[in-house]
Amino acid sequence: MPVLIYAENTGGKFKKSIFEAVSYARAIADKNNTTLTAISIGNVSNDELSSLGKYGANKVLNVSGDKLKNFVNQAYASIIAEAAKKESADIVVLSNTFSGRGLAPRLGVKLEAGVADGAVALPNQDGGKFTVKKTAFSGKAFATVELTSTNKVIALIPNSYKVVETGGTAQVEDFSIETKESDFRAMLKEIVRSTDKISLPDAELVVSAGRGLKGPENWGMIEELANLLGAATACSKPVSDAGWRPHSEHVGQTGIAISPNLYIAIGISGAIQHLAGVSSSKVIVVINKDAEAPFFKVADYGIVGDAFEVVPKLIAAVKELKA
Amino acid sequence: MKILVCISNVPDTTTKITFTDNNTQFNTNGVQFILNPYDEIALSRAIELTEGSGGSITVINVGEVNTEATIRKALAIGAADAVRINAKPHDAWFVAYQIAQYVKSNPFDLILTGRESIDYNGSKIAGMLGELLDLPSVSIIKKLDIDGTQATVEREIEGGKEVLTIPLPFVAGTAEGVAEPKIPNMRGIMSARTKPLTVVEPADVKLSSEVISYETPAPRGQVKLIPADDAAKLIELLHTEAKVI
Repeated sequence: MPVLIYAENTGGKFKKSIFEAVSYARAIADKNNTTLTAISIGNVSNDELSSLGKYGANKVLNVSGDKLKNFVNQAYASIIAEAAKKESADIVVLSNTFSGRGLAPRLGVKLEAGVADGAVALPNQDGGKFTVKKTAFSGKAFATVELTSTNKVIALIPNSYKVVETGGTAQVEDFSIETKESDFRAMLKEIVRSTDKISLPDAELVVSAGRGLKGPENWGMIEELANLLGAATACSKPVSDAGWRPHSEHVGQTGIAISPNLYIAIGISGAIQHLAGVSSSKVIVVINKDAEAPFFKVADYGIVGDAFEVVPKLIAAVKELKA
Repeated sequence: MKILVCISNVPDTTTKITFTDNNTQFNTNGVQFILNPYDEIALSRAIELTEGSGGSITVINVGEVNTEATIRKALAIGAADAVRINAKPHDAWFVAYQIAQYVKSNPFDLILTGRESIDYNGSKIAGMLGELLDLPSVSIIKKLDIDGTQATVEREIEGGKEVLTIPLPFVAGTAEGVAEPKIPNMRGIMSARTKPLTVVEPADVKLSSEVISYETPAPRGQVKLIPADDAAKLIELLHTEAKVI
């Protein structure tokens, strides 16, 4: 039975996290000697849709229309479930984005499927069991979960599986479907998206700062370093609690969990709650004037020094590197 | 307005996570359990929404008798009554199914959950409840206002937010920003002891997932320290050795 991947678009384009999820779904399809169908909902160009073939989709179902231009959780879930039924797909893959996390549980109920959210690796299908490794305890651990149902829904964490180009081509098919009026009770009024900044959950590089910065007025150098690197900015909980930075930048156990390629922590001591949210970063750099800061124990690189002296030097070095 | 707040009992955020029985069980030895911080935000917003409007708040938990301390805490913060479905919370599907069964015979105007529990991080309860009850659901909201029978919510998205309007009833998972957590006062703590806590036996449901084992992240190697006066060296190492920039 084919695998179905929901290819979420952002303003008509697919992001890297979607190519990762398509590559991941392709690997599952290969393992099960089957095909991979993608479904896209919204207004996406034909070129963009067929580009999913490059990552292993054999077919792309395209659902468009004004009413479905923007994300509507209930309606999108109904459409994806219908597509799964049409394709007789027993495994549905999504990216564990904010929207993906709204869809996965609804799909789980609709398809009577076990749901593995927060997946970080390919399923293991040895010995007739279907198990998926997922994050647990807010990044402090992983759990291997067996999905015992016939149908399965998996939501893959961005930046945990590499994009693989298979060089294939996908055929795009229009998929039209009746939608229920009651699926549109939630109505979108406005989308506010900052286009000049890299969004934290998507970022491959992150520059983060904590109370060691002493006040919100000192974030200029953090932003400058982030801009030069093409990184997103983040912060610790005390900083967002104090209102120095928005809640959306708070990484940690009660904020968001991220897994970038590089996490630079400046003036953050490394409380266990903070470490939980960043422990799956590939490379961790810690800059702190306290050599005893617990963060150094989980860092790959460290500088014991005052942020106000070190960061300007880093800025100068990055400028030189980029020049 | 009747609001249902779904709460879970989770290890305190400072807990060092370890496992027993060949890494198949979470080691609860010496672990302090608390009201899930995101559920605390949901409850705090529910209190603000019902203040002065004569509404009431019920909290519901799927758990064994040991979760009652956390339920009493929610009553102390300001819920009027509580329901405990007497079962081990096997997984999100099991929990959502039990809560949906209760809501089918006890309807509410609004159902709130935390965006996720800090132990299993599924963010699934809101969506599953929405589907089981045929209600709209929003998984992760940063703002919630209600005007009559219509709510305005802000949903978090990558790099921004969406503003939605939703008619009551619906289900939402709350995140930071929705409310400041309320701390119980002495009167709340005293009255919590006598507020009604109803225990309901669980309904039968077919399970769909099972935790097989746990592991903790692989330890990192020794940190490579670079002298502060040679900070530029760090950028060089990130470029040539770690190859991340």
